[in-house]
Amino acid sequence: MMVNDMSLIESTLQPENSTARHYVAAGDYFLGEIKQGQTFRIVDLEGNQAADVLFYNAKDPSERYSAMDTIRNQKNLYLSAGTKLISNANRELLEIVADTCGRHDTLGGACATESNTVRYSLEKRCMHACRDSWMLAIGEHPEFGISKRDITHNINFFMNVPVTSEGGLTFEDGISAPGKYVELKAKMDIVMLISNCPQLNNPCNGYNPTPIEVLVWN
Amino acid sequence: MSKTFYTTTIPGNGHWSLEVRRGTFMKITDLEGGANVGMLFYNPRNLLERYNAPDTLKCQHTFKLQHGNCLYSDMGRIFASITEDYSANGKGNWHDTVCGNSNAEQITAQFGKRDYQKDRNNWLQNGSDAFLVELAKYGLGRADMASNLNWFSKVIADDNGNIKLDTQNQVAGNSVTLRFEMDTLVLLHACPHPLNRAENYPFKSVQIELGEADPVSDDDYCKNFRPENQRGFQNNALYYLAAK
Repeated sequence: MMVNDMSLIESTLQPENSTARHYVAAGDYFLGEIKQGQTFRIVDLEGNQAADVLFYNAKDPSERYSAMDTIRNQKNLYLSAGTKLISNANRELLEIVADTCGRHDTLGGACATESNTVRYSLEKRCMHACRDSWMLAIGEHPEFGISKRDITHNINFFMNVPVTSEGGLTFEDGISAPGKYVELKAKMDIVMLISNCPQLNNPCNGYNPTPIEVLVWN
Repeated sequence: MSKTFYTTTIPGNGHWSLEVRRGTFMKITDLEGGANVGMLFYNPRNLLERYNAPDTLKCQHTFKLQHGNCLYSDMGRIFASITEDYSANGKGNWHDTVCGNSNAEQITAQFGKRDYQKDRNNWLQNGSDAFLVELAKYGLGRADMASNLNWFSKVIADDNGNIKLDTQNQVAGNSVTLRFEMDTLVLLHACPHPLNRAENYPFKSVQIELGEADPVSDDDYCKNFRPENQRGFQNNALYYLAAK
């Protein structure tokens, strides 16, 4: 699958100037607020990792990142530098301002123990999955006011899910590599919920889930 | 699908919701050509279980929906199967589930402002508000609005992911039949697809027939369409073990 090289944009921000750094181990979650105007970077530390991410308006989580509104707005299925992430109230939540990976998915959704039974085997229902990480996050942090109804279609940063002209959907080995990153600027105060994907049954993590890092700049 | 027990027409800006029991079929027919039907599913026993487009697409390795595909909830169960998919010109149907709905800003910019006082029931309704109205009847709101189905709307992508609506085979007489595999709350509207570039608001009405579906046989086309669908049917059977 060809990826347009023009979409690769490197950042000028330096890690030593960042105001916060969060290491997120494979299978863990990150839940935190990013203020309007702040820029943050998600780094695929070891390569071929998938970061399953949801965004909310920090003041009202019923306004959230909407895959369908983002796709409709840009008339394109893939996310890359320049993509504006649109909310379900048709407002801009964030913009992707730098990206050394080139393409990110928002069609494939997150793994769940229930969808794993369909995709792989009913007897794999107890394997760890992204949605369980999100459920733990909202269970441990009720102060964010996020409930199961707010857990919906996400972004899979670093994941490559090309659609063919015949309407097929293919999960290809990642186009990411160690140190690749994506950087976003918040256009309003937002809450970010990340599941660092624990999936062991498909190549989205190269069958080897690894850590990511989140860096934040004012 | 011989026993139709109800037939109605939904105008091309209308919306409706109803609860259907498992074993019911719903046949939707594009009466004039160019119709779009937005649709969402919820489990009436637990409204937090709802249609999940990404799970539906990835477990069947498809971007388009056609005959044989099953429509999954976020709990690994099947709300409905596409048991028939009739293309009146023989070119085949292809249904979208990633583009969402038209919204008020878009409809206003493209066709004009929604104005009941002027237009009465020919007002320029948008799909997003149509769903909000139906959602609110069940205590649901915008947080519950998942990525919906868009029946009859063929959205194609090029190698770089650019998408467009291909309307050339959206002709009168196209129909799609769903067989419900669970008791399901169905929300629907017939508002324009968000990528529809028509000059005038496309009032395209659809016929909806409800009836008793034939029982699901072991060699059922949808159930055997993919091994994932067999497991989805197993999850449904497990769900109804306690309800029998």
